[in-house]
Amino acid sequence: MEGLVQTHGAKAMERPGGWRGFVADWASDQRAFKNVSWGKAMMWIFLLSDTFIFGCFLLSYMTVRMSTTDAWPNPSEVFALEIAGTHMPLILIAIMTFVLITSSGTMAMAVNCGYRKDRVRTATLLIVTAILGATFVGMQAFEWSKLISEGVRPWGNPWGAAQFGSSFFMITGFHGTHVTIGVIFLLIVARKVWRGDYDTGRPGFFTSRRGRYEIVEITGLYWHFVDLVWVFIFALFYLW
Amino acid sequence: MAHGTAPHAAPAHGTAAAQEEGQQHPIRLYLVVWGWLFVLSTLSYLVDFFHLQGLLRWSLILLFMMLKAGLIVAVFMHMAWERLALGYAILLPPLAVLVFVAIMVFESEHTLLTRLQFFSQGAN
Repeated sequence: MEGLVQTHGAKAMERPGGWRGFVADWASDQRAFKNVSWGKAMMWIFLLSDTFIFGCFLLSYMTVRMSTTDAWPNPSEVFALEIAGTHMPLILIAIMTFVLITSSGTMAMAVNCGYRKDRVRTATLLIVTAILGATFVGMQAFEWSKLISEGVRPWGNPWGAAQFGSSFFMITGFHGTHVTIGVIFLLIVARKVWRGDYDTGRPGFFTSRRGRYEIVEITGLYWHFVDLVWVFIFALFYLW
Repeated sequence: MAHGTAPHAAPAHGTAAAQEEGQQHPIRLYLVVWGWLFVLSTLSYLVDFFHLQGLLRWSLILLFMMLKAGLIVAVFMHMAWERLALGYAILLPPLAVLVFVAIMVFESEHTLLTRLQFFSQGAN
């Protein structure tokens, strides 16, 4: 035991006992994720908790869809659009998917440029990502207003099982909120990159800590997660 | 013992350096993954477009979904290059959701059964 403490370095001090020891043990010096900064580890843990939230939404959607005695509305037809006289099933959702994937691509590029300290390119790519995200939210707003005008409500719709509306508004609404928050974060980070905050070590307005270009990667983790959730919603809600 | 720690020290230094530089990967890799995500999304859209039904539809949807999710997590979110401690801490817990899914499948089948019974009685 003593040898174990010794190997941790020259300043092998005695650990405090009791509640002080409890706090000290949990507060410092105990590091599981060796080469990951606390910011990145915390973002991953937040994303894990968010996974459970969306997991429970999709799970409750599965439960109501399996247990209803009414027919489930056909998403392929509900989300179809007439474009230039042709009837395109599910086309809006497909376009939204491509927009979000494209934004994930530009985000990955932004992270790459950020670590190369290419200020202008990083900021530009972040803004492009934010614009694509805003486009996605705009199309979602269009989709919502179209469905509402057709009479879809959380408690019923003209085509079948009433649970369709509640699942739809809950799942896509929560996801759209995530995208909106992501867009806001992207714009904040883009402004900081543009101003050179991560080069000059300017303290953040909220935390008063100096940022690093790793912030771009951490924001990127959140953004890719939003795309990831959409992959599951697209497959399980729209295509199933 | 000292001999044993020496090879360990070198990779530890390597990862420390990698941490300072962050996750650096060639742009080409991102473009390839991006392309694959487009292809997989198109394929899953085509599943609906060609009205595939039944087991084929569901298995294709799930296959494309898992491939896309895997690419995003592994490459875009850099999980493939993180240490296993982080990977398992993040990727294992969601498997508990699958247990929840199994429980709720039984639950909803039971609900459906009781509803069918109740509604058929009401019709008489």
